[in-house]
Amino acid sequence: MTPAAILDVLKQRFGDKIKSSKLDGPDPFAVIDPSDLLEVCRFLRDDSRLGFAFLNCISGVDYLEPDPKKAPKAGFAPHLEVVYHLSNFAPKERFHRFGLKLILPRWKDNKPGALPEVPSVTSLWRTADWHEREVYDLCGVWFTGHPELTRILLSDDWQGHPLRKDYEFPLEYHGIRAR
Amino acid sequence: MATANLAITDPTVIEFDVRTDEMLVNMGPQHPSTHGVLRLVLRTDGEVISEVTPHLGYLHRCAEKIGENVTPIQFIPYTDRMDYLAAMNMNLGFSMAVEKLCAMQVPEKAQVIRVIIAEMNRIASHLVGMGAYGLDLGTFSPFLYAFREREMILDLFEEVCGARLTYSYLTVGGAHDDLPAGWVEACQKFLDYLKPRIDEYHTLLTRNHIFVQRTANIGLLSKQQALTYGCSGPMLRGSLDRTQGDPEFDLRKIEPYCGYEQYDFKAVVPPFPEWVPAGAVIGDAWHRFMVRMLEVIESIKIVEQGLRKYATAQGSHRIDPPKHLPPGEAYVETECPRGQMGFYVVGRFTKDPVPLRVRARSSSFCNLSVTNELCHRCLIADVPAIVGSIDIVMGEIDR
Amino acid sequence: MGWLEGRFDESVVTTTLEQAMNWARESSMWPMTFGLACCAIEMMAVGCSRFDIDRFGAGAFRATPRQADLMIVAGTVNFKMASRVRRLYNQMPDPKFVIAMGACTCGGGPYYMYGYNVVKGVDLVVPVDVYVPGCPPRPEALLEGLMRIQDKVKGMKSLTKGQPIDMPIPSRTGYTLLPTELAPQV
Repeated sequence: MTPAAILDVLKQRFGDKIKSSKLDGPDPFAVIDPSDLLEVCRFLRDDSRLGFAFLNCISGVDYLEPDPKKAPKAGFAPHLEVVYHLSNFAPKERFHRFGLKLILPRWKDNKPGALPEVPSVTSLWRTADWHEREVYDLCGVWFTGHPELTRILLSDDWQGHPLRKDYEFPLEYHGIRAR
Repeated sequence: MATANLAITDPTVIEFDVRTDEMLVNMGPQHPSTHGVLRLVLRTDGEVISEVTPHLGYLHRCAEKIGENVTPIQFIPYTDRMDYLAAMNMNLGFSMAVEKLCAMQVPEKAQVIRVIIAEMNRIASHLVGMGAYGLDLGTFSPFLYAFREREMILDLFEEVCGARLTYSYLTVGGAHDDLPAGWVEACQKFLDYLKPRIDEYHTLLTRNHIFVQRTANIGLLSKQQALTYGCSGPMLRGSLDRTQGDPEFDLRKIEPYCGYEQYDFKAVVPPFPEWVPAGAVIGDAWHRFMVRMLEVIESIKIVEQGLRKYATAQGSHRIDPPKHLPPGEAYVETECPRGQMGFYVVGRFTKDPVPLRVRARSSSFCNLSVTNELCHRCLIADVPAIVGSIDIVMGEIDR
Repeated sequence: MGWLEGRFDESVVTTTLEQAMNWARESSMWPMTFGLACCAIEMMAVGCSRFDIDRFGAGAFRATPRQADLMIVAGTVNFKMASRVRRLYNQMPDPKFVIAMGACTCGGGPYYMYGYNVVKGVDLVVPVDVYVPGCPPRPEALLEGLMRIQDKVKGMKSLTKGQPIDMPIPSRTGYTLLPTELAPQV
């Protein structure tokens, strides 16, 4: 299916729960609210026309310009995005990809330190288990309903989430110089 | 578990009603058969595994943070160090993601060079995979044979770019240099040398009785499990069945890039009626191994066609990328030796050569996450056989 | 050897006990199988037929640190791994030697600038005898490093001087002083 057809199917089913979409870029995607994520994902996976059996990737992107001089010209307001890349399991003629995007505040309720929350899709795709742990570890997004949301790449006692743009590199770690 | 009437030959069956204690065994991060610094925590009941928890991160090298601080061309060497056994394929994946973002059209000659080089590296990678798998199962000779041929491929690569392991040769816009004079003939000569050697490997491993006993019907992965865990590459294809109508799930076939649609090759999907030994079933460790072995033959075919195409290929070997990345985002997956390797590049809105975010979707990362399912109720001795059949590279998992 | 020399048949070599022990020790270094990252592949290549580290008597790769006397730290060490590297080093019996293979173990290498999780040189964790730079070093470079270790063993004076083996002391404390701190305090 073409991206436009996929978007039509989604719009028929969910109407204005699809907040916006972008089809003309290199990768087509639709933007939804975090609260609708599970419902939309279940439809994407189980609908016979779409059949997105693969969750290829979950990425967290921190939109922030840490330099206050450049911030007004950065072209975006500070926010966090979680991007889901999906594809189906089909031969060449019926193969298609699609993206889902969630737009989150950088901190929940604008309280620095409170991680924004997203429902976990582990129940739909088992791939999400480790990918969500990685996004939590590096980008600082809390996935509610995840069976065991702990750090995966960094050690358990690590401070901060390194892929946040305002992350400060540690000076030392357990007595070892780090810079 | 009082199952005294069952055959005692099955060691996973405990014949007597003896209470055994559960035990936690740490395997790694320094262990010869975990392929690097993977740590597995095994929960065992006697010799039988009840749970495997992989612990990652012992080689986390912050590649994604580096990606958002350097330009794409500067990031190419870091992609080398992700999957260091198939560095060319990594270069290719990242270059293609940047090219997709910049909407660049790579000339034909560059495409042909890319296909030749990427497939040569696939051969080298699968050779190491085969040799190291033999090493896991306690045989040293295939390893020496594999490295003998691999050194020849490295010699060819060295002639092309000067490096043995981390090449940074395929870059944004094509390949860094043209193939040197006489390289095509040298490459063809190597392929003619390699083809009869593959039978040697088959006699050493594929038909070896001990090898078959250690791998056949071990670590069964069903198609459904493979899909939900996001497995790809030989791991997924080893669980597919051509006779059941499963698609040839190889990105070179279903989503051709770099002109792969012009090459005549097969995606390797079981069953292999002429090869399969007694006891092997689709989805086991033996099939995953066999998919890799047969992919080497297909890669040789592709390289030979590429060498013929190279003589008549039009255009330059490289075009210059634009100075600034455009805003927007691009996600590209390529078929690497270990599976689908994805790169996700987000450009900034300001005129800036540095991307806002670089994300690498690692194939081994997803392939490894299924370990717990594969190792359920198997013996401790089978864990190296199963982990080896996944053919992981820790640099790619931890990035 | 003075008065001893030339008093025996031609097939007899005279030497000191210390030299004989050092000769035996340097000719059979047992490295530990300890691959961390990319450099481990080059270390494997060194063990294979073309480069063949066995020519220099260091081909017996041991899987356990308790049987090894040479640790080749082949690849990036990060903070999660650092304590393990230290523990492996402590498990090795004396006398033990360490080769830091590759730019990452020499001083952070390409991950120096933005690698928040990378140890900037394995000499912050274990004492290093020989540094082999390169990213990754060629197998010949690693062989050269091995020979330098053998030179070091040749010069050991554990018997005659009656002192414990001269263990290398890390030359870096791990902390750098800022120019203001270097200046004498007034």
